[in-house]
Amino acid sequence: MNLPVQTEGLSKRYGGLTAVRNLDLTVRAGEVYGFLGPNGAGKTTTLRMLLGLVRPSAGSVRLLGRTPGAGRLTGVGALIEGPAFYPYLSGWDNLRVTARYAGVGADRIATVLDLVDLTGRAGDRYAGYSLGMKQRLGVAAALLKDPRLLILDEPTNGLDPAGMADMRTLIRRLGAAGRTVLVSSHLLGEVEQVCDRIGVIAGGRMVAEGSVTELRGSAGLRVLADPLDEATARARELVGVDRVRVVDGGLDLAVEPDRAAWLNAELVGAGVAVRELRPRERDLEQVFFELVERGTADVA
Amino acid sequence: MSRSFSAELVKLVRRPATWLLLGITLALSLIFTYLFPYAGVAGEAAGPNTDRALPAMLPDHLVGNSLGGLPVFLGAILLILGVLTVGGEYAWGTWKTVLTQGPTRLQVYAGKLLVLAVAALAVVLAVFAVGAVAAALIASAEAQPVRWPAATDLVTGVGAGWLIATMWAMLGAVLAVALRAVALPVGLGLVWMLAVQNLLAAIAAPLVDWVATAQEGLPGPNAGALAAALGAPGDTPGVAAVVGGGQAALVVAAYLVVFASAGAALLRRRDID
Repeated sequence: MNLPVQTEGLSKRYGGLTAVRNLDLTVRAGEVYGFLGPNGAGKTTTLRMLLGLVRPSAGSVRLLGRTPGAGRLTGVGALIEGPAFYPYLSGWDNLRVTARYAGVGADRIATVLDLVDLTGRAGDRYAGYSLGMKQRLGVAAALLKDPRLLILDEPTNGLDPAGMADMRTLIRRLGAAGRTVLVSSHLLGEVEQVCDRIGVIAGGRMVAEGSVTELRGSAGLRVLADPLDEATARARELVGVDRVRVVDGGLDLAVEPDRAAWLNAELVGAGVAVRELRPRERDLEQVFFELVERGTADVA
Repeated sequence: MSRSFSAELVKLVRRPATWLLLGITLALSLIFTYLFPYAGVAGEAAGPNTDRALPAMLPDHLVGNSLGGLPVFLGAILLILGVLTVGGEYAWGTWKTVLTQGPTRLQVYAGKLLVLAVAALAVVLAVFAVGAVAAALIASAEAQPVRWPAATDLVTGVGAGWLIATMWAMLGAVLAVALRAVALPVGLGLVWMLAVQNLLAAIAAPLVDWVATAQEGLPGPNAGALAAALGAPGDTPGVAAVVGGGQAALVVAAYLVVFASAGAALLRRRDID
């Protein structure tokens, strides 16, 4: 089966600096994949290599099963590092020019303008567009070929909160329509809300990959009880010493949340007053920072 | 490549700077080839162009008069057009927008060069057309006979003009690729065309033999020699018969190919930032 995106050992060096190192990236058909990493992690360089704008120092790239060469971007739409168009042309004329490069008929322009809600301002000069309108025009250009694979690099950069919400809605809509979407971002909340699967890059290396749930790790229980010492001792007897941590005056237990009722009964039976017992999920932000820190430290 | 050509054509035609450059080209051509010389003749004033008598402005001198500006001043404008056409993609960051639509770098670059070649032809034809009107008006005002050059001479003249104009546009294009910008290539290109070339010809060549010899292989002097061979006035800056017309045409054509190929090779090899 041809995967929409597949890289093996992808690396890019600029003199003594390695921007991307030995990156294996796989995006499956129909998923919205979040490529997450802090600024300077190597996201844009990776996407530029996928699209042939930057030549890899090592490794291979396949998009929709095709290797580099003429026609490799058939079925692929992209918005890389912000929109860039000709300021003296209108939005419509910019898309007309772009459509000619793509070999797409002018009838497609109205469709994509409608998709990004820019029809009413299509006749205005690009130079007069707000940042949000420019960003939407960039997405419209990426959609001209009605691509099976859409690559969006930081699509919400510079947008106000309403614009960001609109863009997230648009990405979800595009993903729901059966397209494969690869979206890079340094905003955790953004990928968490939009993406099926996430790859975390730090220091040019992929440090983790999986669904949001997988990245958070196994769920657990949070217990607030009195007296704490007695609760700790009893909990360790019940689930094992290595599964109980005392954190901020309470207990974090690495057990399945469906064991809450049993645990509550056991603790109460042992004379412990349970004030609070609830499922505990690891904060993705915490996971992200841990991963990035680990990845950056490994590179250093 | 036809897709890239049609896209480039839209960009060139819709760009205000294109029409500004064309207007400047025609204005310079008219002013320095016809207006000032005619003012000198009509006013019977002595000046630097008094040797350009009335007959030199009449329609039978159309070919030479139309080519006279191309080795230096009008050529400089074609160089700017070449820089703008290619360098604009760097200045606006639009290479990524274009290339992510699917065409290869060479297809896009070929489209640009083809559009520049067409634009160069349009500029040369416009210079000939405006010159023809001016020469006919002067002939009419001075009750002189209107004799046009032979059709073969006109075709040869337009062809030579196109060759020179396209070579300068290709130089602009390769400078834009090499320097990945607009301002610096324009600046360096103009310094070469307007200053260095003239200093070499006027100061260095008469003093140093090897400079005089080297001039015979440089693009500017060969463009000037080609224009001179087809009747461009010898007192026009940059116009001098340093080599024969046939050799000059070959050298100019060779530079055209070298500039186009070098730009393509650089663009193909480099990363797009």
